[in-house]
Amino acid sequence: MPQEYRQILKYADEPGYTPDIECYLRHGGYDILRKALAIPPRNLADGRIVTGPDHLRQEVMTSGLRGRGGAGFSCGLKWSFVDRKSGKPIYLICNADESEPGTFKDKQIIYKDPHQLIEGMAIACYANDVHLAYIYIRGEFAEGAKILNRALKEARARDFLGENILGSDYDLEIHVHRGAGAYICGEETGLIESLEGKRAYPRIKPPYFPAVLGNNTGTRIVSISGHVRKPGYYEVEVGKATLGELINDPAFGGGLREGRKLKAIIPGGSSAKVFKAGEKFKIKRRGPDGKDAEQEIELLNLPYDFDSLIAAGSMSGSGGIIVLDDSTDIVEALANISEFYAHESCGQCTPCREGSLWMSKALQRLTHGEGREADADYLMKIADNIPGGRTVCAFGEACSWPVQSFVAKFKDEFVARGAADEENRTRRNAGPTAVGKLPASS
Amino acid sequence: MSDAPLDHGIPNPLREQPDFAIPAPLEAEINELITHYPQKRSASLMLLHAMQEHFGHVSRQAVEWIAAKLELQPINVYELVTFYPMFHLKPVGKHHLKVCRTLSCALGGSHKLHEHFCRKLGLDPHAHGAQTTKDGQFTVEFVECLASCGTAPVMMCNDTFHEGVSEKKADEILKQCQQQPSP
Ligand code: SF4
Ligand code: FES
Repeated sequence: MPQEYRQILKYADEPGYTPDIECYLRHGGYDILRKALAIPPRNLADGRIVTGPDHLRQEVMTSGLRGRGGAGFSCGLKWSFVDRKSGKPIYLICNADESEPGTFKDKQIIYKDPHQLIEGMAIACYANDVHLAYIYIRGEFAEGAKILNRALKEARARDFLGENILGSDYDLEIHVHRGAGAYICGEETGLIESLEGKRAYPRIKPPYFPAVLGNNTGTRIVSISGHVRKPGYYEVEVGKATLGELINDPAFGGGLREGRKLKAIIPGGSSAKVFKAGEKFKIKRRGPDGKDAEQEIELLNLPYDFDSLIAAGSMSGSGGIIVLDDSTDIVEALANISEFYAHESCGQCTPCREGSLWMSKALQRLTHGEGREADADYLMKIADNIPGGRTVCAFGEACSWPVQSFVAKFKDEFVARGAADEENRTRRNAGPTAVGKLPASS
Repeated sequence: MSDAPLDHGIPNPLREQPDFAIPAPLEAEINELITHYPQKRSASLMLLHAMQEHFGHVSRQAVEWIAAKLELQPINVYELVTFYPMFHLKPVGKHHLKVCRTLSCALGGSHKLHEHFCRKLGLDPHAHGAQTTKDGQFTVEFVECLASCGTAPVMMCNDTFHEGVSEKKADEILKQCQQQPSP
């Protein structure tokens, strides 16, 4: 049975572990930075020199480390895109905007183990010739910003930041930059605009197509919320636990509440496409004979990793699993999600700005007794017309996926709700109270 | 037509903060913040935070002061205040209660919690947007996911997080606020 495997959160919740530098140093803190800065340059046979930073970048590339954001993008590959020849300064920005609903992992690191974040950033900065870096932290984490500022001050005082770090000739400064309550700042180009003192309007960026992926490595912090007995954050080895284990095992979510049955799972933050209880998927997997074969897998047996969830038509996204039991009003749930996206669209692109609002309005009327039987199809039509290259950023997808998946998989509930509302209206209009009133306009 | 000034949310400069002045420690903090960035404009958000922390809101004078300081047009700063939900142009209650309304918290009872606060404070539980009590002590508002979904329902009172907020806990929070001496 899989257990938690804590690497990043190894000490965070230990009794007596505090966010100050003394405590971090007692637990081996800044040793890796010290080692990284001490890597000597190597001379290759052909006369080229592999510097310490070159070596670190190669190491990260071969390690298979992938980003822990939505896409699980290869970290080494991402670093290889940096233009090091232009002579322009290179900045590193740590995205601590944690804003995807259902996700609460970064907060644990920032509040409980800030020096780990700073050390990690310092190593990444050294590997990439960065001398100025920012932590973009969501505005609501005012306390977290204070904790980070305190930690940065401590690190400077101990010579882990600033000029000539540990006598290595390497200079680095890190500053905290606070957001101010806009979800779209989590989108990387929106974040950069925001850091530059502008509205967080995402920019158009070229699509990247990662060529060779497949191996998962390291751990991942999964946030489980909603209708489970033990909601919380759990660090697991990537791919070692299934969705069902994460939800039901006593080591993790601990199962549903007494007498309840599973209705749906949102597997990777609120924009991930919903799974309906009992769904089965045909997925290519490597069998014991080493050959890839198509296998039928039940929802709860899906390994919780980047690739399996994509193969099942959704994503592990931010690692936020929201569990819905059979007490959930599925129409209300989608109305809630859509209200979020309508509120958070930055407003640059018409399909996203208007579409997210129309969907939210249609769902509001469905949850307020004013629905129509045709609303399910209407919602689907809007959702199908927002994404697919019609918007600047992936928010277009993010606001459509929940609607497309909820309405497709629970269509009967949406249709029934709208039909019931229509029937009620007809009855009201035909009733004695309607006498003398004008007929309802069509 | 009445003579009342049109209210587009842009405060009337003559009525607002006539005694606007930046105290020396705040100006020192601001000068330090500006040094964190290769370009001054990047400091806008941090300066707005500093202003709001000091004055409780961002007045038109504050917007104009920041613009002058960063060598920008006032609109460049004003459009940030209207874009980012955390900044407000008008004073809010001394105790700002922000209840998360997003899915995990909604499943965990945040609507009940919001209603509870509204009823206790004599506000309309069904009204949209932020509401402030007449005495200016409390503002109650629904906000989006506060990244603490595992301990729903979640809320903030000013900058402090409160998690797993039952009605009993909510009453304690209100009591604590009411007992705080006025500055
Ligand atoms: S898709 Fe939406 S959020 Fe993204 S840039 Fe366009 S309007 Fe803004
Ligand atoms: S949904 Fe309330 S904190 Fe995330």
